[in-house]
Amino acid sequence: MQFAKKDILDMGSLSREEITLILDMADRMKEISERPVKKVPTLRGKTVVLLFHEPSTRTRSSFDIAAKRLSADSISISASSSSLVKGETLIDTARNLEAMHADVIVMRHSSSGAPHMLARATKAAVINAGDGTHAHPSQALLDMMTVRQNKGTLGRLRIAIIGDIAHSRVARSNIEGFSKMGSEVILAGPPTMIPKEVETLGASVTYDVDEAIHGADVVMMLRIQKERQRDFLFPSEREYAKVYGLTEKRLRKAREDVLIMHPGPVNRGVEISPAVADGPYSIILDQVTSGVAVRMALLYLVLGGAKNAGKN
Amino acid sequence: MRVKISGGRVIDPGTLDGVMDILLEDGKITDIAEKIETGDVEGDIRVIDASGKIVTPGLIDMHVHFRDPGHEYKETVRTGCLAAAHGGFTGVCTMPNTDPVNDNRQITEYIIREARIANGARVWPVAAISKGLQGKQLCEYGDLRDGGAIALSDDGNPVSDSQMMRRALEYAKGFGLLIISHAEDLSLAGSGVMNEGAVATRMGLPGIPNVAESIAIMRDIALAELTDAPIHIAHVSTRESVHAIRDAKKRGIRVTAETAPHYFTLTDEAVEAYNTNAKMNPPLRSHHDREAILEGLADGTLDAIATDHAPHAIIEKEVEFDHAANGIIGLETSLPLGLKLVEKGILSLTALIEKMSVNPARILGIDNRLKVGNPADITIMTPDQPHIVKVADFQSISRNTPFDAWSLKGKALLTMVGGNIIFDEIS
Repeated sequence: MQFAKKDILDMGSLSREEITLILDMADRMKEISERPVKKVPTLRGKTVVLLFHEPSTRTRSSFDIAAKRLSADSISISASSSSLVKGETLIDTARNLEAMHADVIVMRHSSSGAPHMLARATKAAVINAGDGTHAHPSQALLDMMTVRQNKGTLGRLRIAIIGDIAHSRVARSNIEGFSKMGSEVILAGPPTMIPKEVETLGASVTYDVDEAIHGADVVMMLRIQKERQRDFLFPSEREYAKVYGLTEKRLRKAREDVLIMHPGPVNRGVEISPAVADGPYSIILDQVTSGVAVRMALLYLVLGGAKNAGKN
Repeated sequence: MRVKISGGRVIDPGTLDGVMDILLEDGKITDIAEKIETGDVEGDIRVIDASGKIVTPGLIDMHVHFRDPGHEYKETVRTGCLAAAHGGFTGVCTMPNTDPVNDNRQITEYIIREARIANGARVWPVAAISKGLQGKQLCEYGDLRDGGAIALSDDGNPVSDSQMMRRALEYAKGFGLLIISHAEDLSLAGSGVMNEGAVATRMGLPGIPNVAESIAIMRDIALAELTDAPIHIAHVSTRESVHAIRDAKKRGIRVTAETAPHYFTLTDEAVEAYNTNAKMNPPLRSHHDREAILEGLADGTLDAIATDHAPHAIIEKEVEFDHAANGIIGLETSLPLGLKLVEKGILSLTALIEKMSVNPARILGIDNRLKVGNPADITIMTPDQPHIVKVADFQSISRNTPFDAWSLKGKALLTMVGGNIIFDEIS
């Protein structure tokens, strides 16, 4: 199968077959990072722009490392150091980067839909590295890769996602991704953090964390943001930890081979207890490792894959 | 100079419906009859052949934004008046959120002056309820009325302070001025940028719940009842609002309401792909709401169709969705979209003319009926001629519409204000 998409914008626009292709490719890419010399010439001569309008350490460095392992030239532009703060519009930025012959633009933006707008305005491939509360497809793909490596499948699993679903692009992309691959996704959190009609994305909802965890193959905890207290979404971290936090005691309701995931950064002691975050079921660091492999696969595929890239 | 509009189907809801001639002299209607003989001297009379066309009292759009003074790069009074003329409108009400705000007589008079030299539709300015639209201090309603203001609204902003709204209703009553309510509970609307629901959830955009509108409408209905003052509800978009207004009318409260063509034509699905030309406030709602709006139009709960014509330049629309300006232009697509309701059997042609002409006139206290002695404010339209919307040809300076390239049927062919032809595609 040939990968035909110009851009990677969200999980909704990827088919089951495309997701499988990306994950298979990522499995192959993973080996490169385990070599003593962690670099192949595959994307030599390609330019990858990391356009980050929002602070990010993990995602940006992951894409940067992925580009470098494939020998692409990567440059980083952050909102604070560019003309973005001087009133240049996104469309201007897109045109300028295109004029410099960027091949891929990896974009992080606080506005939902910003990468979609960028993609319409440029011939360069656009990879969404997280837009507002909308989508974070590379995160969902790395989560799926990690689960598949551990479980051998993505079908018929019970995936519990717990926390502030309403403000989570990670949750949206994982709901769409896992349900598309045939798993059951169950969401839990305080009702204030469950968005309206979220069931239409292919998930079920409970307000009872124990019910969500019961029989789960995967428990994914989301970061809780203290500032949400101002929007009356929850009263305190203390009560949140008590009612919705993942503790060892609570984890006993899950399957014996449960996997604990978190997109990071982790608030130890709030949404997840330190013993669980760092315990035997946690695959949080495997997620980070998968991240580089998935992003290598995405860069490779949007640049034409086996078709255009110089093979070595 | 005499003008004869000859052989059209003349519809003035409740009074006239049939093939008739209308004779005009010095800008006034002098005769309406089945066949008017005008003698044989061709030279001193202009004959407009309206056979096969519909002739109606001039259409009135009681809710437009002309951005003048202050943001003339989006629209001026003059271009707005021409856009109105091309859409078949003989009169419009301009909302006061200009810069400076139309909260004083000088601005009201400026707008009227500009409109007089536009050679387009008439303008009846709506002045502000509160100084600077701030909701803190009443404007001088007496002075505004004397300057030519036809109604009062803080449109764009709701009057959040209930006591201020009560006093505005009472004080305006003394001058016979109507209060038009932009009904919105700002705390419920929060940071929302589109309708709350499945589409917003999927797109990761903060939603505005229906009740952000209806809760404010319910308050304003209660205040209208308390003060026994008339109130008009602008741009109704939700089913809960339709229910509240229907119930209030049954109880005899003096409430009238308008909706806009986009609320009876589109749903929040139009926001798909982050289309900023589908971003407005109130937002496009669900199909349940659209159904309720159609029912409200059909049963008379919603009295008027008004466009909320909101011009914005490309620099305000070609940006991230959450940063994009609210609103779309509507003057040059309103009538064809309304005629779609007639084609689908939701409204009779007569009912559509009521909602686009005589009801707005009645609500505003204007006599625009087709009768001898009245100024000849007349619209001639085709109800079914197919055409394709071409935004590039619009008279409006701005281009922000989701209806570009739509295939529609029916449109205005000739618009006349006081006997003066301001738009003509017949001759």
